[in-house]
Amino acid sequence: MSAGYRAAGQRDEVSFGNADDEPQPASVSPRTEWAQSAIATSGLSKRFRGGQLAVDGVDLAVPRGCVYGFLGPNGSGKTTTIRMLLGLVQPTSGSHQLLGVPMPAGTNAVLPRVGSLVEGPAFYSQLSGKANLARYDAADRTADARTAGPRISAALDRVGLLSAARKHYRAYSLGMKQRLAIAAGLLGPRELLILDEPTNGLDPQGTREVRGLIREIAADGTTVFVSSHLLAEVEQICSHVGVMRTGKLVFQGTLDELRGRGTARILVRTAQPAQAADVLSGLGLQDVRTGEHEASAQLGGQPPEEVCAKLVHAGVPVAGLDTPRPNLEDLFVELTGEGFDVDG
Amino acid sequence: MSTAEVISARPEPAPQPGHPAAPVIHWIRFLRSELRLIFLRWRNLALLAVLAALPVLIGVALKLSAPGGDNGQGPPFISQVAGNGVFLTLASLTVLLTLVLPLVVAVVAGDSVAGEAGHGTLRYLLAIPAGRARLLGVKYAAVVIFCLAACTVVTAASLAVGAALFPVGPVTLLSGTTISLGAGVLRLVFVTLYVAGAMAALAAIGLAISTLTEHPIGAIAAILVLALASEVSDSVPQFALVHPYLPTHWWLSFDALLRSPIAWGDLQHGLISFGIYVIIFGAIAWARFSTADVTS
Repeated sequence: MSAGYRAAGQRDEVSFGNADDEPQPASVSPRTEWAQSAIATSGLSKRFRGGQLAVDGVDLAVPRGCVYGFLGPNGSGKTTTIRMLLGLVQPTSGSHQLLGVPMPAGTNAVLPRVGSLVEGPAFYSQLSGKANLARYDAADRTADARTAGPRISAALDRVGLLSAARKHYRAYSLGMKQRLAIAAGLLGPRELLILDEPTNGLDPQGTREVRGLIREIAADGTTVFVSSHLLAEVEQICSHVGVMRTGKLVFQGTLDELRGRGTARILVRTAQPAQAADVLSGLGLQDVRTGEHEASAQLGGQPPEEVCAKLVHAGVPVAGLDTPRPNLEDLFVELTGEGFDVDG
Repeated sequence: MSTAEVISARPEPAPQPGHPAAPVIHWIRFLRSELRLIFLRWRNLALLAVLAALPVLIGVALKLSAPGGDNGQGPPFISQVAGNGVFLTLASLTVLLTLVLPLVVAVVAGDSVAGEAGHGTLRYLLAIPAGRARLLGVKYAAVVIFCLAACTVVTAASLAVGAALFPVGPVTLLSGTTISLGAGVLRLVFVTLYVAGAMAALAAIGLAISTLTEHPIGAIAAILVLALASEVSDSVPQFALVHPYLPTHWWLSFDALLRSPIAWGDLQHGLISFGIYVIIFGAIAWARFSTADVTS
């Protein structure tokens, strides 16, 4: 079903994303809700000097306490959005809040409560893992120097790097570097963790560990905003999902909402596919297709049992009936376009 | 995920002890971390070692070039070294100011912001948040301390070598007056501070250039080219009109400190020039850095 299905869904279904249907951000996320959000953005846009519109009117609403998966193919604007959230890049237009504090005015007040990993780890190669964390801790004006030692050890312990604490960063493996970056985000008590591709470059064990760590952190009540281009990863840990495509947020909601958003089809296995197709068309169903021993169409809200009854009534020999829902991957691909189908 | 429960169970974050009360402590902690990065870096230590070695080289060369063989040519102070080792400091500073000291300062100043950007550590420092103004301030303070250290290394090494190779005694100033050795060394301390001030002005230019790029080598080269262009222009008589405004013009005016009474006029011009360069390029650095998109 997959090939036919994607062709079926392309345009009309992309438009179901909130961002496209409702251009007024205020109606989507009223200011009162903003205060309860860990992250709230309104019309956040970034046009780089080259004229390229990297992020286009993104309205994120990340509830507190959730694990939010920020999905999108490479180059869809995820990292630029994260850089704007953290105040590293100035938005061309739009506004945003972190933990209810308007940014960028509240940068110094709110960012100490936010841990982040942006576009891979970056540390001083000549320093040890521990010294690197001490360096970042020293830059934090809210961090207490007296508690730096225990806090650094605790952060290293949490990511399993305590035994490599004195090793030079340049001798770290890619996975260790990634974990050190997560440790840097855990130096203080955080209410929000923004992780950009935290499992990039990790082996399967490392990926598992990071997933476990994220679950653990979320269980403590910390909101986790995790970007990824790997749907499987997001599916396993996230409660909420936002999907980016070429700078636009094309879907935002819970994982279940995403699952439910797929258009259900009805698939009839029969020896008389042409006849079945006629009946389906006759019922006003859209996108009717026939295969060698099957016919299918978009269900469009009709109860499948009624369709079945009509088929039987019309004398179609129904050997089997199914209402397949598209899996998440299909939905994701449908939202973001095929791998090389990068528009814009 | 029961969001409401989690939130209600979470106590309000307690204000960090000592945060608003003692911002100075956090400045000092950050500055110490910055200084550790600069002074524990092998490259920078090698540069300081070169600064210590060159006065030895100059001293040995002067010792070998036969006492009394002086014909009054060459850089100033060279001729006095044979008579009094204290002058080796002034000779070394004069020689090193043409290229080596600016080079050393350019390396550290050019690397200050561009190096962090190039490594990607800048985005983490800003996300912590280190604060853009605070980061720039700490960076500049650390580079100025490095400038002072570099000049002190030259002075100390020169004094040691001068004392070892040449006679040392009461210092005859340029104005002809003779002062005690102690007073002479005190003058050298002032000279060192003055040269460090000159380097601090260059470092401010370097900091501004460093905020423009994420390639430290490019920043270092640009600073050096600028310093050399200024020195070249300063030696072209046709440009006499702009000479007083060149960043390098007043670098060697420390000889004003070797007169009795001290020639405050030149000294003041120099210090004002350095101050203006620090203000202008500090402002450029801030204007650029406070709004720059960090995409590295």
